[in-house]
Amino acid sequence: MRQPVVYLDHAASTPVRPEVVAAMVPYLTDAYGNPSGAHAMARAARTAVDDARATLADALGCGPGDIVFTSGGTEADNTAVFSGAARGTVVASAIEHHAVLEPVHHCGGRVVPVGNDGVVDLDALAGALDDDVAMVSVMLANNEIGTIQPLADVVAVTRERAPHAVVHTDAVQAFPWVDVAALAATADLVSISAHKFGGPKGVGALVVREGVPFTPRQIGGGQERERRSGTQNVAGIVAMAEAARATVEDRKVVVDRVTPLRDRLADGLLATVPGTHETGDRARKVAGNCHVCFDGIESEALLYLLEQEGIMASAASSCASGAQDPSHVLAAVGVDRARAGGSLRLSLGATTTDDDVDRALAVIPAAVARLRELGS
Amino acid sequence: MKVLVAMSGGVDSSVAAALLRDEGHEVVGVTMKLWGGESDTGCCSVSDVDDARRVARALGIEHHVFNFGDRFTTDVVEPYVDAHATGLTPNPCIECNRHLKFDKLLRRARALGFDAVATGHHARVVTRADGTLRVARGADARKDQSYVLYMLEQRQLEQTILPLGAMTKDDVRAIAARLGLPTATKADSQDVCFITSSAGREGFLGRRLSFTPGRVVDQHGAVVGAVDAVELVTIGQRRGIGGNGGTATARYVVDVDVPRATVTVGDERALLVDHTTLRDVTWTHRPVEGDVRAQCSAHGAAVPATFDATSSTVVWHEPHRRVAPGQAVVLYDGDEVVGGGITARVLAPR
Repeated sequence: MRQPVVYLDHAASTPVRPEVVAAMVPYLTDAYGNPSGAHAMARAARTAVDDARATLADALGCGPGDIVFTSGGTEADNTAVFSGAARGTVVASAIEHHAVLEPVHHCGGRVVPVGNDGVVDLDALAGALDDDVAMVSVMLANNEIGTIQPLADVVAVTRERAPHAVVHTDAVQAFPWVDVAALAATADLVSISAHKFGGPKGVGALVVREGVPFTPRQIGGGQERERRSGTQNVAGIVAMAEAARATVEDRKVVVDRVTPLRDRLADGLLATVPGTHETGDRARKVAGNCHVCFDGIESEALLYLLEQEGIMASAASSCASGAQDPSHVLAAVGVDRARAGGSLRLSLGATTTDDDVDRALAVIPAAVARLRELGS
Repeated sequence: MKVLVAMSGGVDSSVAAALLRDEGHEVVGVTMKLWGGESDTGCCSVSDVDDARRVARALGIEHHVFNFGDRFTTDVVEPYVDAHATGLTPNPCIECNRHLKFDKLLRRARALGFDAVATGHHARVVTRADGTLRVARGADARKDQSYVLYMLEQRQLEQTILPLGAMTKDDVRAIAARLGLPTATKADSQDVCFITSSAGREGFLGRRLSFTPGRVVDQHGAVVGAVDAVELVTIGQRRGIGGNGGTATARYVVDVDVPRATVTVGDERALLVDHTTLRDVTWTHRPVEGDVRAQCSAHGAAVPATFDATSSTVVWHEPHRRVAPGQAVVLYDGDEVVGGGITARVLAPR
């Protein structure tokens, strides 16, 4: 790459924090015991998992026993939905991640619309609830447009209209930015994923609060108190706990620093690129999300040009082939397919700098202008 | 030059990329994601994208995926279904070349700063003495794909590279093997990439249009049989049209009329015509009149004919099998494509 990389894709993944790497390495090298075993090395691994569980519980505002370690956000989300579907109808918002929506569709569940501001329609949600509903899933913050959902209201309407239902929230995108322990305090199930907040890929957790009905998705050796069998990813779990601890510790400072950067980026694009439309209500977004649609261009071509200038970003969610697929989230918030075709998600993170924003504002307007002139 | 190579995940485009790299071009590979539905192979499946990515990795070139699914649906798949619904015999590969590879992709490449697009087609781009360009037949007669590239005009040819034109398929496989490319022994793609072998054309179309049961009549109008789906019958077809198996003369489909739910059959002589009228004719450089050689299918023979520009008609020098409406007729000057068009629908024979 000719230029230094400007990484504006933190919603896709984040750099692993140095202190996290330091924390996990011993469990890849020396302390490699199986935490389910009996001998000293096994017990050392078990202790590490126990400590990590306690640390993560503090960060998530739950009891240590509520935490079920998983292979990541998708497993946590899938587990929550299928567990609900084992008891009755499942309901989710239309802007959920595929990791929630696909199992909801698979189980014949109900999907609730969201408003053009990117926030779930609580009246529509109320209308979708009844005695048959066993699980309601509404994410805490959206992965594409960053909007924070009124989870306390979701819980309240669910308790009133669907007394047998548990509430799940996918907090994967929210965790770096908002106080999940407080905002998801009344949710029964909470999903997180380590690599979205400075941890490694391949590890996550599902909070299953005490007394919440739960059916495991993966059975076998009975680990995680029979809720998720399989040898724990000890190094990953230790890393996730350290990343969570550090994230909670830094969160306010990072949000206060990144919010003006994001605002400068979004305002700069709106001011310098005609035909730019910001998606969602910025006041209700996480600090790191800048999502815009440019008229008259195609995201894929723009992303290519940005990459040539060292800027890494995304448009909609990526499919398995690496192609950009049309976004179900933008469709759900009333962005028509043509406009959605010109979407750009710039997601800032704890390591984003003023220079990164300067560079983006220097490159993006010219790239958009080029594509509008030459077509694509 | 900066060249964008369309890599389908097959051996041909893999070798095309390798050759351009070895010639010193700045090569970037791209796989077009065209079809989100079921597919065995072709340009579309995730495994083919993976193959292309592995080849790019082996060659040390960048690889990208462009999602042109919307364009493919509107410009290739929907017209394919619509054509069958009206009794035409479409060629989706030609429409994909016309709308995707040499329009959408070429424009994208220009916008991204590329000088040219390359593909693994077995055909050549040749320069005439006057400086104008033509698509010419590939060296491997059995694999020649000039027919499906007939729509390329000067503005496209100026930015098109076909690195495999001088090679046989065996050459291509030998190069792939020598370079250790993961696709060296991959089977050639067959048929229409968006149709699976299990569902077939009938299964694919059956989910997208309602078939019309029809009667099969001879040229005097006498009913001689029935078909379940007039939309699946093609002019020139011999099998699967019910009919009177006891007649001594072979029965060929000589006309398909979907609105009247009628398939007309006749003997081989009834299939012969002296001219074929084209629509949507395109020219590689300037319109051509007079003597040409005309080819009516991807691997058919090019036969002598005269093109009448006023009526857009190919006048065959020898009586010629009726060409199914919807099929492309490509006009050659020797080995070089000069233009082509789509066979127009004609009135039913009386």
